[in-house]
Amino acid sequence: MGGMTPLAGTLDMRGVSKDFQERGRKVRALEGVDLRVEPGEFVCVVGASGSGKSTLLAMVAGLRTPTEGTITLDGAPVDGPGPDRGLVPQAGTLYPWRSVERNVAFGLELLKVDAAERARRVDWYLAETGLSDLRTALPRQLSGGQQQRVAIARALVCEPEVLLLDEPFGALDVQTKEDMQVLIRQVWRDTGKTVLMVTHDVEEAVFLGTRVVVLACDPGRVAADLTVNLPRDRDLSVKRTPRFLGMRAHLEDLVRAQHQAHNARVTAGDR
Amino acid sequence: MSQLVETETHPSRPGREGWAPLPRRPRPRRTSALLTIRAGISKRSTLTLAVLSLALPVIIWVTVWALGVVPGKFLPSPASVLDAGVEMAKSGELFTDLWATVQRVLLGFGLAVVVSVPLGLVMGTFTAGQALFGPAISVLRYLPASAFIPLLIIWFGIGEPSKFLLLFIATVFFNTLMTADAVRRVPRAMIDVSYTLGATRGEVLRKVIVPFSLPGILDAIRVNAAAAWNFVVVAELIAATEGLGYRIVRAQRFMQTDKIFAVLIVIGIAGVTFDVMIRLLRDRVGRWAV
Repeated sequence: MGGMTPLAGTLDMRGVSKDFQERGRKVRALEGVDLRVEPGEFVCVVGASGSGKSTLLAMVAGLRTPTEGTITLDGAPVDGPGPDRGLVPQAGTLYPWRSVERNVAFGLELLKVDAAERARRVDWYLAETGLSDLRTALPRQLSGGQQQRVAIARALVCEPEVLLLDEPFGALDVQTKEDMQVLIRQVWRDTGKTVLMVTHDVEEAVFLGTRVVVLACDPGRVAADLTVNLPRDRDLSVKRTPRFLGMRAHLEDLVRAQHQAHNARVTAGDR
Repeated sequence: MSQLVETETHPSRPGREGWAPLPRRPRPRRTSALLTIRAGISKRSTLTLAVLSLALPVIIWVTVWALGVVPGKFLPSPASVLDAGVEMAKSGELFTDLWATVQRVLLGFGLAVVVSVPLGLVMGTFTAGQALFGPAISVLRYLPASAFIPLLIIWFGIGEPSKFLLLFIATVFFNTLMTADAVRRVPRAMIDVSYTLGATRGEVLRKVIVPFSLPGILDAIRVNAAAAWNFVVVAELIAATEGLGYRIVRAQRFMQTDKIFAVLIVIGIAGVTFDVMIRLLRDRVGRWAV
């Protein structure tokens, strides 16, 4: 339904590198990243700070251009931002002068979708994200978790092929974060979207992802790419199962090793 | 207190033996809310202080006048100022003067707003706009507007254009820079997300940058409206046949300090009215910004 073609949402990164100028010096943030995300997958990218994971997401969103390599969505090269790749950043991107429903309706207004159709679609996504009672509230009246729900609904209403999540729960308290994790799993199941999420929280990555990719630092590159061997339908109780804990410990070791190597290089003045 | 450290984590580090205890000082006493930094005060206190703020200058004025230390010629009595005001109102000259002055403010400052807001939007949005206009405006705003008066008179004569152009010069540069600052406060991430929602560059400008910065732009306009009121009187001191500034100059010739006081009070009231109107508009437009 909803005009979804079965194979839409294939994201392919090939040899993606990114250089930055830092105090006149060229710094390589990412080096030869190869990553393919299949339709309907939920891929979590984890890595210590400095691994360039947010840069990678910004390039998939089309907000930055790779120095080398190509990124394609369903075979077409990504050459700028667009509503086929919905983005949810960490915080503070809602339009503060617009109510919840008008925030969500933003993308549809741009498409000149008529008011009745707009209302119908906005209603659906407000219900999906549990915001039906808050439709007329302004962003400043919402809690951090509610604001992120609006940001998710606002991206989804444009019916993107891929949903890009850039540490979307990083600024939330632990309890709210778990609520949001359950919500985003439910949204993923209900909509069947391909999701690419960046997080520094390994537990979150294992709980949400069908796959977890670990990025190494200096420069960022794929250090590990693991399939999460947990049932496709999960609730919070899965976090206590041995399989979950084992996977989490394994990934934490990988990320920690990268982080310590990074620290050692910084201390040695190798940056 | 100091526990015995069994294993030193940094063996080469000198120990803490011989450290004197840190000096102690008395805890600050709790003070009244009126003297506590950033503390809220009661509604009654707020009202009392506000009334005092307006009443105190009047009380000082009346006291000095009643003591008779300053001759009445220099410091008129409140009653004579009121009389002078009522007389000017009756003859109608107060209103023609007020209207003439208001017109100049609206024209001169209005023109400055019409020029500075788009210019500030360009400077705050495009780095190239900042690079092109920034240096010139930073220099121009340091040139005192009153220094342009002789030039304006040479170019435009002593008629209306030189008056509202003085207001224009006095406010346009500051309003441009303050508008640009307001525009620069739009978060980068908000602009980025707007592009991912399918907005074009023009839509980002119209539907994100302008609405976000509108309250800030109105704040800038409010601040610079006060400057416009200052300079309209300066403009009228030079050469005018009507206007509040002109009325002050005339009163000076005849030593009518009561009239000068009356006109000053009218200017104050008119300025505050202007300010309140812009603030009401700003609060309406920026209801979302707390």
